[in-house]
Amino acid sequence: MAEKTIEIEVLRYDPEKDAEPYFQTFTVPYVEHWVVLDALTYIKDEIDQSLTFRWSCHMAVCGSCGYNIDGEPHLGCKTFIRDFYPNKVRVEPLANFPIERDLVVVQDDFIEKFADIKPYIIRERHNTVDEGTYKQSRAELIKFKQYTMCINCLLCYSACPQYGLNPEFYGPASLSLAHRYNMDSRDEGREERMEVLAAEEGVWGCTFVGACSRACPKDVDPAGAIQQIKIAATSDWMKEKLMPWGKK
Amino acid sequence: MAKSNEPMVWSLFSAGGMIAALVTPVLILITGIAIPLGIVGADAIGFERAQAFAANPIGKLILLALVILPLWHGAHRFRFALIDLGLHGAKTALGATCYGFALICSVLAVVAVVQI
Repeated sequence: MAEKTIEIEVLRYDPEKDAEPYFQTFTVPYVEHWVVLDALTYIKDEIDQSLTFRWSCHMAVCGSCGYNIDGEPHLGCKTFIRDFYPNKVRVEPLANFPIERDLVVVQDDFIEKFADIKPYIIRERHNTVDEGTYKQSRAELIKFKQYTMCINCLLCYSACPQYGLNPEFYGPASLSLAHRYNMDSRDEGREERMEVLAAEEGVWGCTFVGACSRACPKDVDPAGAIQQIKIAATSDWMKEKLMPWGKK
Repeated sequence: MAKSNEPMVWSLFSAGGMIAALVTPVLILITGIAIPLGIVGADAIGFERAQAFAANPIGKLILLALVILPLWHGAHRFRFALIDLGLHGAKTALGATCYGFALICSVLAVVAVVQI
């Protein structure tokens, strides 16, 4: 019996050689338990070594293998080829980012924005070793826990139509991670972060499409986080503009 | 990075959205469907009762909230729909037009309701 195969159509682009990106179709063995990343690895090992893509853990933890698969942002390691068989699978780099080469995108814009929102615990004074760890109740942990699941895979940026229209917008992952630290009872950096979050390019660039929350492979709800920041920013604004006497 | 003044219109947009989603459909059901079909007696909202409601200060506030807040909701939504359709460059001009329209209609509503 002939071995079953499946076609993988991959967007190729080498900026040093190609005038523009083009699709190349590869035929690979059809293995029921293979994910898209397995098929790409097969192509690189057995057919074309020049195929370039990011990957690392193969278990939806590292966030490296985000691609647009059949037009929707997915992790290559979480998307089974059996869900497409016998049809072909089309793999493209994530939308809304420049292509570095083949399936690899330039992430600089996200990295800069991510640094801007200060994704770490800010405190005026940290406990010494003798003073011990910070205690946190279960209720305090639940407030931010889901946002800690973000793996910076950028699927949400690829899904977000607002980021596509306006690259100044800080975008879903940065904003929901800022919210993660704002909601942490150990953190005192809310005021610093709000300078960015409450700006036009911050949460106000979002029109609550919700595509980010649908795309997230870790069930984080960035759209929900952004709406909560909008409420916080509105309450700050009312206090600052309408009750300036109440200002600290 | 300057903080945005969008909370001013966003709070009106949110409040208007709540009213447009929860109260307006009920009003349409009563005044547009139930009364014409005779399910609710027409005298339930006859002239005397409606005028007494609008003449009461609390009634005036309710009427103004029902008219003004959904106006701002619509203005904000319309502005961002046009921006999404590619008019990003005209963001400020669209803001002036949409919110200006909502503001003029709000003033007219206040004038009309206060005079009752």
